[in-house]
Amino acid sequence: MTRTPFFRARLPDPDEDSRAAVTTSSGAGGGWGTAMRVIVPLQGVVQGRGGLVLGSLIPCALCYFLQLYLKRHRSGPARTPPPSPSSSADHLSEVTGAVLQRSSSRAHLSPRGSGGPAHVSSRAALILRGGDSPYFVGLKRVEEDPYDAVANPNGIIQLGLAENKLCLDLVCEWLVANGNKAMLGDEASISRIATYKPLDGLMELKMAVTDFMSQATERSVSFDPSQIVLTTGSTAAIETLSFCIADGGNAFLVPTPYYPGFDRDIKWQSGVEIIPVPCRSSDNFALSINALDRAFYQAKKRGVKVRGIIISNPSNPVGTVLSRETLYSLIDFVTEKNIHLICNEIFAGSTQGAEEFVSVAEIVDSEDCDRTRVHIVYGLSKDLCLTGFNVGVIYSLNENVVAAAKKLSRFSSVSTPTQRLLISMLSDARFTQNFIRVNRERLRKMYVEFLAGLKKLGIECTKGNGGFSCWADMSGLIRSYNEKGEIELWDKLLNMGKINVTPGSSCQCIEPGWFRFCFATLSENDVPVVMERIRNVSETCKSRS
Amino acid sequence: MRLIVPLQGVVQGRGGLLMGSLIPCALFYFLQLYLKKRHRSPKPRSPSVSPSPSSSNLAELPRSASRSNLSSRGSIGPARTSNRATSIAKPNTSPYYVGLDRVLEDPYDRVHYPDGIIQLGLSENRLCLDLIDEWMSENLNNSVIRGDGGDLGIAGLATYQPSDGLVELKVAMASFMSKVVSKEVSFNPSQIVITSGATPAIEILCFCLADQGNAILVPTPYYPGFDRDMTWRTGVELIPVHCRSTDNFIPSITALDQAFNQAKKRGLRVRGILISNPSNPVGNMLPRETLYSLLDFAREKNIHILSDEIFAGSTHGNEEFVSMAEIVGEEEFDKDRVHIIYGLSKDLSIPGFRVGCIYSFNETVLASSKRMARFSPVSALTQRLLVSLLLDTRFITKYLETNRRRIRQVYDLFVAGLKELGVKWTEGGAGLFCWVDMSGLIRSYSEKAELELFDRLLNIAKINATPGSACHCIEPGWFRCCFTTLSLEDVPVVIERIRRVAEICKSPR
Repeated sequence: MTRTPFFRARLPDPDEDSRAAVTTSSGAGGGWGTAMRVIVPLQGVVQGRGGLVLGSLIPCALCYFLQLYLKRHRSGPARTPPPSPSSSADHLSEVTGAVLQRSSSRAHLSPRGSGGPAHVSSRAALILRGGDSPYFVGLKRVEEDPYDAVANPNGIIQLGLAENKLCLDLVCEWLVANGNKAMLGDEASISRIATYKPLDGLMELKMAVTDFMSQATERSVSFDPSQIVLTTGSTAAIETLSFCIADGGNAFLVPTPYYPGFDRDIKWQSGVEIIPVPCRSSDNFALSINALDRAFYQAKKRGVKVRGIIISNPSNPVGTVLSRETLYSLIDFVTEKNIHLICNEIFAGSTQGAEEFVSVAEIVDSEDCDRTRVHIVYGLSKDLCLTGFNVGVIYSLNENVVAAAKKLSRFSSVSTPTQRLLISMLSDARFTQNFIRVNRERLRKMYVEFLAGLKKLGIECTKGNGGFSCWADMSGLIRSYNEKGEIELWDKLLNMGKINVTPGSSCQCIEPGWFRFCFATLSENDVPVVMERIRNVSETCKSRS
Repeated sequence: MRLIVPLQGVVQGRGGLLMGSLIPCALFYFLQLYLKKRHRSPKPRSPSVSPSPSSSNLAELPRSASRSNLSSRGSIGPARTSNRATSIAKPNTSPYYVGLDRVLEDPYDRVHYPDGIIQLGLSENRLCLDLIDEWMSENLNNSVIRGDGGDLGIAGLATYQPSDGLVELKVAMASFMSKVVSKEVSFNPSQIVITSGATPAIEILCFCLADQGNAILVPTPYYPGFDRDMTWRTGVELIPVHCRSTDNFIPSITALDQAFNQAKKRGLRVRGILISNPSNPVGNMLPRETLYSLLDFAREKNIHILSDEIFAGSTHGNEEFVSMAEIVGEEEFDKDRVHIIYGLSKDLSIPGFRVGCIYSFNETVLASSKRMARFSPVSALTQRLLVSLLLDTRFITKYLETNRRRIRQVYDLFVAGLKELGVKWTEGGAGLFCWVDMSGLIRSYSEKAELELFDRLLNIAKINATPGSACHCIEPGWFRCCFTTLSLEDVPVVIERIRRVAEICKSPR
């Protein structure tokens, strides 16, 4: 029979105050029988002096402290991370928690002088911790030891960067002929480029860009220049959009495999979560509405608010284009769930296959549906081979999003000399038409050649129509059918084969053994070298197994 | 026998122990709940970059869910944008932005549009554009685009470049900065991160140094843009620390200390101090001693110092500018907590180029800023152009000298005009503006009267000056007038227009 201190306070009789505590154990049992014995908590206090006030105050206070205790206990870990509205808070909180405690204790120890190192924010710490993805590791390795057919034939060949070098000569030609005049203009007035200009881009450039966009989509759509916001690259465009559409802690659904940079672009500054929606090789990695639906409800169950879907069309890394029907059903889906659709169409002009590319802008134009929930990200990096110029485009028909994005463009506005140059370049219709045509031809040629090379090695690719990459199935070469086996192969390709490719796991692909090969950085002479190197690696893989 | 307990009836009747303790507890609990609700409800509506958007989002959840149940297909209300976008997209209310917008609609031109509004609200330097122009027309041909396909050929322009800036530009920037500051201070190129303007530079630093809901102390009056740059996306709070005209608007450590402790009491974690030196809008420079004591203060509190030195080269007085880099360089202060913001918009008068930089001594901050620079890289074309511009030592030396002389010229003229009108100003030796005390012209000593005067200046006199309240100045009646967009001929026009308003203001009394 155990008695808590609580029960010990019960008194048989108010007079025997002092001896009460000792006698309770025997007296308590009899208490139930008599009508006189009233059982209230803290009876002693109540019957003694405090009366009404203490009798109600004390249980209340106890209850309050209990609550306080519970609250502390429960929200203890959750309260520390002020930065993270997101539910990615778990690891964030560790960082903040650790840093915060340390700093305050130090400040107590030494109120003056040498207060220890100044600490940085937990988001900075988070950003620094990430970046171990093979995608970024590979890129860094190539930077250190780049292949050059003449100067460094043993260097690493870059197949991990979606960059187009096939048509640089065309751009160069134009720049040499027109570049300087374009920047300063005919009247050579410096205030055209040096003074403050609208941060969201010059109207002339917006008009030129819309014209180029409709050329890239083969004139099937016309874009409205007033709905455009220009940014420093499509990275900034996607980030700005995710700021405008989602709050910290909200989520976007992104069909996998997706471009590895999204993990940085969307999560880092805006604090939005990405929910991968797996697509399968059996469907040729086409996205299914069912999978989206499932992911949406799972997120909802977890209490995460989904604010949109991000798709890449043409897909990076797979290279497929979305069919008209898929786009229709996507729009239906986002309308039904009342969320947004962000279409990354940065490869729109770089299609090389037979299938027709359909911009979501066309669907929205033709169908009478809610246009305010569709946003397009575009850029000149891929379609015009101008990665270094860093010009991205947000095209949205949602007034609020455009208004907010215009204001946010103060953080990522494009340098005016670059804008002036692009205005003349894009307005030169002969140049752009020729460029788009030649670019497609060269991409096509390269793609066919590269694909044939892989096929000879027994490596199959998904059928692609756009972009600078092949999505190759190398699951036959991996030792074990899991991510570890894939990374092993990636490592072998990088260190033995000296080629840098992007493994599927960096793109969050659910099936191991897939790799992205970007072929547009190569010249034609490089292709046999690449194939030879892959062959070497594949032979060592096969011989062992 | 009669016991006095709350709810005696219940207790003595049947419930006994259980009820007697449960009911008061429950009542108390509901009271708490009620109080809490009342306390919270206004929150979600406040500008919601709030650290707890969850609460505000939850409020909307039921609506959208119920709607989607009603009509599972088609026509569901409008697509919602995020709370932060909604608060950002609101129209401008600060007189700073109102004025700027008005000038855009109706700009002054000496010849074509003499009745337009004269811009005194934008700190832009147009005095030396001719020098830049000259350089461009001479050197553009061999600076950027060359057909020879060498290192600086097309591959250096069009292909992927490091997003934190070309090494060449960093080297050029470092040498330019030490020319601007003084010969003795040398800047290390590897500590530079290039961004598309000083605005993203400040924002990136905020991201790196403070978490959402943390605070940064900012001595007032400060540049009105900070309210956007530092708070919009980062969710950092700015705590104004008021400086007085009696101290010549130089921040005092006592005031900083007070603000720091008050913030602490409110449960806010202060992560740094932002100073602009030379000060925008006051136009004076922080003395060496103040910089030392600021560093001491930062060390004592274990916080960072962000020093915005974007006007470092635009000095026009006899005073010498002291950079934070010099202070940190000459003694063994812990450099880790000092971060400098610089840009070419003001000192080289090329705001259109959008080039800024972060200069930090902190390895962690540098590493994470480099990564965040992916969101605001500068076009390689512009970078190549600037490399050749900045490395042209003869040009730069001549430019800096001429620029200082011309600013001085306009400043002297402007100030002489003010003197004639009997209007006082703060004596400063730097910047593109004059901090003018018009408290003699306002009807009552309050913010309302200041805005009235602003309105009058804008609509009657047709000049757009930035009122002190937009800069969070605690004393009413101060105005920032940027004079470097004017030519020498415009100055008398401006003074004349101010005189007209001054007469109207004085006559009703």
